[in-house]
Parts: sequence; C-alpha cells; structure tokens
Amino acid sequence: MNRIEELFKRKSERVLNVYFTAGYPEVDSTVTIMKGLEKSGADLIEVGIPFSDPVADGPTIQESNGVALSNGMTLELLLKQLEGIREKVSIPIVLMGYINPIIQYGIEPFCQKCEEMGIDGLILPDLPMYEYMELYKPVFDKHGLFNIFLITPQTSEDRIYEIDKNSNGFIYMVSSASTTGAKTGISGEQEAYFERVNAMNLNNPRLIGFGISNKETFDKACNHANGAIIGSAFIKAMAQAGDKGLTRGIDDFIKQVLS
Amino acid sequence: MKVKVDERGYYGSFGGAYIPEMLYPNVEELRKNYEQITTDLDFRKQFESLLKDFVGRPTPLYFAERLSHQYGAKIYLKREDLCHTGAHKVNNTIGQILLAQRLGKKKIIAETGAGQHGVATATVCALMGIECIVYMGAIDMQRQKPNVERMRILGAEVRPAESGSKTLKDATNEAMRHWINNPKDTHYIIGSVVGPHPYPEMVARFQSVISEEIKKQLLEHEGREAPDYIMACVGGGSNAAGAFYHFYDNENVQLIAVEAAGLGNDTGESAATTVLGKPGVLHGSKTLLMQTEDGQVIEPYSISAGLDYPGIGPVHAHLFETGRAQFLSVTDEEAMKAGVEVSRLEGIIPAIETAHAFAALNQMNFNPEDVVVLNLSGRGDKDLETYIKWGKY
Repeated sequence: MNRIEELFKRKSERVLNVYFTAGYPEVDSTVTIMKGLEKSGADLIEVGIPFSDPVADGPTIQESNGVALSNGMTLELLLKQLEGIREKVSIPIVLMGYINPIIQYGIEPFCQKCEEMGIDGLILPDLPMYEYMELYKPVFDKHGLFNIFLITPQTSEDRIYEIDKNSNGFIYMVSSASTTGAKTGISGEQEAYFERVNAMNLNNPRLIGFGISNKETFDKACNHANGAIIGSAFIKAMAQAGDKGLTRGIDDFIKQVLS
Repeated sequence: MKVKVDERGYYGSFGGAYIPEMLYPNVEELRKNYEQITTDLDFRKQFESLLKDFVGRPTPLYFAERLSHQYGAKIYLKREDLCHTGAHKVNNTIGQILLAQRLGKKKIIAETGAGQHGVATATVCALMGIECIVYMGAIDMQRQKPNVERMRILGAEVRPAESGSKTLKDATNEAMRHWINNPKDTHYIIGSVVGPHPYPEMVARFQSVISEEIKKQLLEHEGREAPDYIMACVGGGSNAAGAFYHFYDNENVQLIAVEAAGLGNDTGESAATTVLGKPGVLHGSKTLLMQTEDGQVIEPYSISAGLDYPGIGPVHAHLFETGRAQFLSVTDEEAMKAGVEVSRLEGIIPAIETAHAFAALNQMNFNPEDVVVLNLSGRGDKDLETYIKWGKY
C-alpha cells in the first residue's frame, strides 16, 4: 500500500505536511532536513525540485530555488541524495516540481527512479489534468506514484469533482488566490470556501496549503480539513536557524506548530 | 501542410496550456470565449476602425528599389514601423483590450522586454481609460529608460521585476504571479505568440492583419497575392506569425524566420532558440527552449532587447520542426550593419529587432524575378542609444 494512503487510514486529523526546496540552505541539506522533519513530528514531507522559473511561488520560495540552483542542485543530484532514504525516513515522501526538469530527465526514467527510492507521490503544478490523464497517469500508476492535484477558491464545483475522481492520496487545497507565502492568516471568506468544499463529500482527504505559517494558522486550517501544508514559513525558519543549527531550528519550528 | 492549432492549443507537438490550477479559471474563460468574441461583428467593426483611425492601418507595402538592386530581387517592405507607437505590437494590444472589455475586466497587466509591448499596452489602456500595470525586468528598465517614461506619461505603472535574471522572462513570471494573486478583475495582455493556449493563436490572429494586407497590396503591385519569400525576425515571434499567417498553407511561399545569434551561436551569448534549444515547457506552453541539461531556463543574449527571449512561440517551433519555415540566425554585428545599410539605402532606420531580418538578406540566394516581402516590424527611434554606442556609421 502507498504510504500516503496508509497515513490517511491511520490519521485523518491534524496531518502536517512540510515543504522544503532541495539544495537549500546547503546543497547537501536534503537528508538532514528529512530526518529532522520526521523526528520532530511531521507526517509527510514534500521535497521541492528547484526550478529557474517557479511561477506559482512567492519571494521566499523563489529565493530558495535560486539559492539551491546556485548551490549546484539538480534533479539528478537530488535523486542520488535520495538513494537509501527509506533506511532513514519512513513517513510518506512527495516530490514537488515544475514539469520542465522532469521532462528533460524523462518521465519514465524519473518515475522508475522514484519507485526505487520509495517516493510516494508527485505534485506537478503546471502539468495540465488532460496531459496527466492521457500521457502520465499510466506511467505513474505503473510505478505506484500518486499524483496530487491542486484546487483553489476559483476552481468550479464540477472541476473539483473531476479532480477528486482523478486524484489519489490527497487533494492540495490552495487557501487563497495567491502565490506561495503571499498572505498570512485565514479570513472568514477562506473559511467559507473550506466549508463549501467540505460539504462536497469528496473521496480524497484534503490538506490546506498557502498562508499556513504557524500554530494559529495550522490549527485553523485543521478545523476545516485533514491537515495542512507549510512551505515558505519553514524555509524562513531554516534561514533563521543560524547558530543553533539546522536540526535544532527544524525541531523548534515543528514543535511550535504542533504544540 | 496545414498549420492549424488543435482544440488543446497544440501545433503538432508544441503548445498546450501548462499552467498551475490558480490560473486555470482565467485561461479557461479566455479559451471558451475568445473565438466568439473576436469573430463577433460588433467586435470586428470596432477593431478594424481602431486599426484604421488610431493605428494608421493599412500600413504601406513599399517597393524598396535600392535595396532590391543591392540584393538582386524585388524586395517589398511591409511598413509596420509606421504603426502608431512605432511597431506592430499595437495590433495585438488593440485586439486584447477590446476583448478584456467584453470579458468585463477592469485592470490590465502586461510584461515587456524592450518596452515596445509595454508602450503599446499603456497606449490602449489610456485610450480606454483602464488601469494598467506593466512588469519590466529591472535591468531592462535601465537599458530602455525612454520607453519606461513613455509608459509613465501614458499613465501606466511600471513595476520592476527583481527576480531571477531581471529581464523579459522574469517580467513574464512576475506578470503571471500578479495574475495568480488577482484572478477576478484583471486581464493579462501577453505581447507575443507565447504563453498558454489560447494566447499564441489569439495573438497571431490579431497580428494576422499584416499578412491579410500583404495579400491585397501585393496584388496591386505585382498582380499576385503571394510572394516567393516572406522574411521576419523572431523573438517570441508575433510579427513573424502575423506576416506568415495567411501564407502558412501556401507552400509556394517560403517563410524565412530570423533569430538573434548575439555574439555568435557558439559563444554562449546568443538567443537563437532553434539552434540552441530543445523541447521544454516555459510560461505555459511546450516549445523549443534554451535550457540546461537539468531543464533550467538559460538567459539568452542579444543586442536587441526584443529578441532575447529563451523560447519561441509554439507555432514557430512547429514551423521549424516540420521544415515549413526556414530559420536563419544573425549576429549583433551583422544586424547593426544591416540597420545602417537600410538607413542609407532606403531612408528608414529600422528597430534593431527588424535589422536582424534585413541582415539575413545576405544569406539568401534570390533570382532576379523573386518577390520578397520583408516585415519591417518596428522603427529604430527607441534604439538610437544602441546605434550610437555601437558607433560604426
């Protein structure tokens, strides 16, 4: 059974997914961060594949992508770093990235590699649904990879049902019309959107992302979904870890969110 | 060969709509409505009347006698440089502003490289009294100061793109991010035949007035609608798409697309995408793209700010792949020389983008009877500083 599926069978509330950009802050931070996240209590890890032109991302993640690339991070290097990761980390791992580096690597070899490394799912925000259904899904299925779709406050009800039908793992609920890290806090309007989606009785669990930055917003998001995703705020916390070191910085941040 | 976009926005294997879900409703709204809106009689009337009275169309098709003598063929120049604002870009912005109004949008955003599309967008926004924000790479803002001020005089807000390499590609990223953050009342006027479907086809259709006029005008001059050759420069490729459009399916017409080779295609400082690019995805479409082996987009280089884009429109990638168009490339130095040559032979100082198309005349083997149309996409006023810096005239 896919680890994401297993996770949601076991736990349907307060699921914490944490995003970081591979190659940031240092090119070889990847495994340290992943071990730190599991140890501190994260339920799911989302590893960002850096890209030169991350259009859905705000300044913080743009910056971490830029630093990662100038540190020399590549998709090939990331996959090398993930060799043997399943001996060190047991929670579900999702790779998130823009489609171009994956196309250049080759879809089939990429998925093959993901399966070998024990990757559970993929979030590819600029891969259109129909392309996925026709060209990618058969390959993802063959290698046991879940494809995670995004929905936003602007996504129509029909389309949400269609996405739900074609999803496995969970649905990534973008909390507001924004790029990552752009807004903090959750408004009444956003809560109404979460409730509207809740009332649709979807098959897949939902995690809320974008604008989740601390305990307060995490708790609020968890009132309306199975859990939430933190990205930009975690990147900032790592940048500020400074002298106390990465592992300690991660632990302090996650513990505070989950407290 | 038929050159036609399919339902999903593909020209052969290039195109599509590779956009994050946040942009889906906007792009889908556009895709569903643009054909109906832009073929509506009322729209056509308003579009055509603005092109005539505001832009100054039809632009002349001018027989360049001395240039013809120089290159041994009958060379006609399609005078897009005489359009209001100084380039073909305004054909598209007029079309899109009318479309935006009919979609009920209250605000306009745009990206710009050299500033020509930004000026053309600021112009139509002033014309219609609509708020306008133009994203421009911080580096380009320094290089193209007069155009920044033109936009400001026209009432637009120019926002520097400070991310990435701070040029056109990043201005496009910032405009897309702005659209993600403001999905309800904003229309994004893309300036070239790039971006997610339906932009490449929509922009090409607005620019196709160029080839529509060429057909009529050539008939008057030569007693035939189709030339033997059409030549145009390609950055993203909107002037070329407009000049080629009504000749795509007439294989007697040779389509010549000219890219910028910068300091040379083997120097690492070039923008010749068909020479240096591979299929990839950027800004919403699958196309030829200059990129590293890891799929990171490479910042191209050309002396011409309007040609230094790391991709080309998907239709051009298709024309290249199928061999329907021939792609040539021209260095900075060759383009600058050609710009001066045309100035001296014809009394027209071309934009440096267009000078690339002129420079490619040297690579052609014409018969004396050949009829050649070269799309003179823009005038060189904006480039005076670059001409002066280059200095060899």
